[in-house]
Amino acid sequence: MSRILFNDPLPEPERYELAEKPRYRFELDRRTFLQLTGAGLLITVTGGAAFAQRGASGARTIAARIHIGEDGIVTVMTSKVEVGQGARTELAQAAAEELRVPVDRVRMIMADTDVVPDDGGTYGSLTTPRTVPLVREAAAAAREALVQLAASVWQAPAGEVIVADAVIAHPPTSRRITFGELAKQPALLRLLEAPVEGAALTGEAAWTTLGAWVKKTTGRDIVTGAQKYPSDLVRPGMRYGAVLRPPAAGARLKHVDLALLKEWNDVVTVQDGDFVACAAPTSFRAAQAIAALQKTAVWEGATAGTTATLFAGLKQNAKTEGRGRSGPRVDEEGEVDAAFSAQAVTRAVYNVSYIQHVPMEPRAAVAEWVEGKLTVWTGTQRPHGVLEELQEAFGLGAGMVRVIVPDSGGGFGGKHTGDAALEAARIAKAAQAPVSLRWTREEEFQWAYCRPAGVIEMAAVLKEGALHAWEHSNINSGAAAIEMPYAAPHWRTRFLPSESPLREGSYRALAGAANVFARESFIDELALEAGADPLAFRLKHVQDDRLRAVLEAAASKFDWMAARQGGGSGTGVGIACGMLKGSYVATAVRVRVDNAIHVEHVCQAFECGAILNPGNLRSQVEGCIIMGLGGALLEAVEFEEGRVLNASLKQYAVPRFEHVPPLDLVLLDRRDLPSAGAGETPIVGIAPAIANAVCHATGRRLRQLPLRLEG
Amino acid sequence: MADSTKTTRGSGLSRRGFLKGISAGGVATGLVGGAAVQHGKVVEAAPAVVGPGDTAIKLKINGEVKSLTVEPRTTLLDALRNRLDITGAKKVCDRGTCGACTLWIDGQPAYACSVLAIDAEDSEITTIESLGTPERMTALQQAFVNNDAQQCGFCTPGMIMACEAFLKENPSPTRDQVRDGISGNLCRCGTYHGIIDAVLEAAKTMKGGA
Repeated sequence: MSRILFNDPLPEPERYELAEKPRYRFELDRRTFLQLTGAGLLITVTGGAAFAQRGASGARTIAARIHIGEDGIVTVMTSKVEVGQGARTELAQAAAEELRVPVDRVRMIMADTDVVPDDGGTYGSLTTPRTVPLVREAAAAAREALVQLAASVWQAPAGEVIVADAVIAHPPTSRRITFGELAKQPALLRLLEAPVEGAALTGEAAWTTLGAWVKKTTGRDIVTGAQKYPSDLVRPGMRYGAVLRPPAAGARLKHVDLALLKEWNDVVTVQDGDFVACAAPTSFRAAQAIAALQKTAVWEGATAGTTATLFAGLKQNAKTEGRGRSGPRVDEEGEVDAAFSAQAVTRAVYNVSYIQHVPMEPRAAVAEWVEGKLTVWTGTQRPHGVLEELQEAFGLGAGMVRVIVPDSGGGFGGKHTGDAALEAARIAKAAQAPVSLRWTREEEFQWAYCRPAGVIEMAAVLKEGALHAWEHSNINSGAAAIEMPYAAPHWRTRFLPSESPLREGSYRALAGAANVFARESFIDELALEAGADPLAFRLKHVQDDRLRAVLEAAASKFDWMAARQGGGSGTGVGIACGMLKGSYVATAVRVRVDNAIHVEHVCQAFECGAILNPGNLRSQVEGCIIMGLGGALLEAVEFEEGRVLNASLKQYAVPRFEHVPPLDLVLLDRRDLPSAGAGETPIVGIAPAIANAVCHATGRRLRQLPLRLEG
Repeated sequence: MADSTKTTRGSGLSRRGFLKGISAGGVATGLVGGAAVQHGKVVEAAPAVVGPGDTAIKLKINGEVKSLTVEPRTTLLDALRNRLDITGAKKVCDRGTCGACTLWIDGQPAYACSVLAIDAEDSEITTIESLGTPERMTALQQAFVNNDAQQCGFCTPGMIMACEAFLKENPSPTRDQVRDGISGNLCRCGTYHGIIDAVLEAAKTMKGGA
């Protein structure tokens, strides 16, 4: 078997990207659901949501994507969500570019499942490479429809009609007509009912809106507090929900005394299997009711495992057999076993802890039932996936569930499931009133899924100062970015699933951060073994010109050669590089080490093809570096028998102003290459660059994230 | 039984005591020292007993007096967000650690999650809603927009309230002073450099500079 994957322009769905299911089903409703399916009234493919991106139907006609109003406003519809990454602005730019209008004439309707086409969820850095082209194609087709209509109204050749500055014009006769005026003609709607096809896209050289720093279109609402997030929404007659949580993951409810609340006339209580919750007129009252119930609740059992036994457990339970998503994935080239057997082998094991996404806005949902139809406003990255979850949980058919995702307070891969939506809907059904459920920070830490922990075993053989054989095995955390970017005649990469003691799922760059940490630390170890400069050793082996380019750009800006000459006496520099999802990153850092690791300077080069919005790109790259600092130095979920021990922002530290070093960014604009997403890959370089710099400063090799000097 | 717990007005029960604990632990920085803790007007006279059950209070918010009934242990943040539907201040950590609920009490920045609503009765409460509007922003808000100093924006209202208060006290700050001055506020998207740039730009604008 021999296969090189890293030139694949589109990423494969990551194993954990969507695999994590909501924590429970409503048993009563599931029975109803089964009866319904049994009677042939409802067809739902369980698990279909897991591949929604691939199965996403998208917009079949121009009208399903683009609406042109009589006020001249262009409305663009997409199921993508805005969680801070800039999709709203970038997609507006895409439409504005092709329709030749300013961005402020474009209105985005995002993630309202009654209105928008299913473009898949917002994950995998797919909005830029997939959805931007779809919006551009539809907008270009709409532009051509406007031209065609104007030409027929004017009885002029379509070739003489142009669209510029939000106006359709026929220069030979100096006639002009606005979008709004044309929109009054019923014929336009008919033209927009056509399939999206064939319209010419604007070439990069002619871009005026794409490629420019367009400021976040919702900026004014955000800075004035006017923007309404899912946890800010209020519906008439709305109640506040609260859920009785188990003391630990895996605990089952043996008993609870609901009768206790009999006299609480303002509180509605619901029990559905292990799910117990309340709705009350105030959030305080709901919490109070749950606290009272909790005193009577008897729970049994808990998921085994503790932080101390985590890595040994993952290794012990690694699955070397099996097929499909539950089995291992192995890629190799050359005679790997033979190459290892005859030579001196260098080995190292790297561990990566569980971490949490910690979006600023905890999970939240408002659910409302009206005549059997359920509407849920919630913060999720997969509106259509959550729609399917709700259909399944409540046995509802097509058209009976609507999911609306207001712009939300952060996702980072953490909001793929519909937990809060399901819970709010269940409570609202019992309360017969709209219900808002907002998870607390503690609930986030305890019940949201984690970025998978992992054990990564590396092995290599050097021959004459060059890589001869290479093996990279990731246990549990995933296969993202495991591909071998360095030339070696014999190599093997393996991903082995395991049994996770905590709930785990997607995260920014997923296992990319783990695999790049291990690989870039290990390549550094091998460079030192070979007596080579770490940058030179990488450049000698690197196979991809784009990866080489970011390495060289970062090294040049950082003045690597001079910086590396220093080192020792507590300061050091390190470098690392990686590629993922069609984009490339190289990171150089300088650290000072005393009784702690201080990151004094970060220089990062990043390349994702043609840059669509340099300001937003800068935000994404900086945000990744800073979030990556957390995983590198601060963050780890500590747990014991299903209980998270550091479930608050006081105990689980994330990067703050004090942690932020000076940043030098080099953003390479490759207008000749298609644009790739940029919200994930820039996170992978920082941790190994710091580990390598710590080794340069102290001679100590730290092989576990977060990097800790003690122990 | 929680219901029978009596809460005393102005006695510094619950939240405030908790906050002091954090502050001593050195976790919460910046604003806590200067704001929320100092705000607590400790009434030394024999405290009036309040509760159990809901208590009628009046809060002066953005110049308007609002009457409501709250359970005495309700935080100012919950009273604003869940009783009065004033949602600019955000609930993120609920433990005085992140600054997302920053507002002003008698002109001083405070964490609304760490103040009881009943303790804010005699104070002037100022929230983000009373600063600029999308059509008419303050110089600082404009600088945030100019610098794209927000990603998801969930920390932004609290950040704006902290930065406005900081600029009042420090009209000509250095980069390091900005960083230290607003260090109690957390931005998970990591827009820290953009926020500092915005504050520095606003400082210039407010002085009439270029």
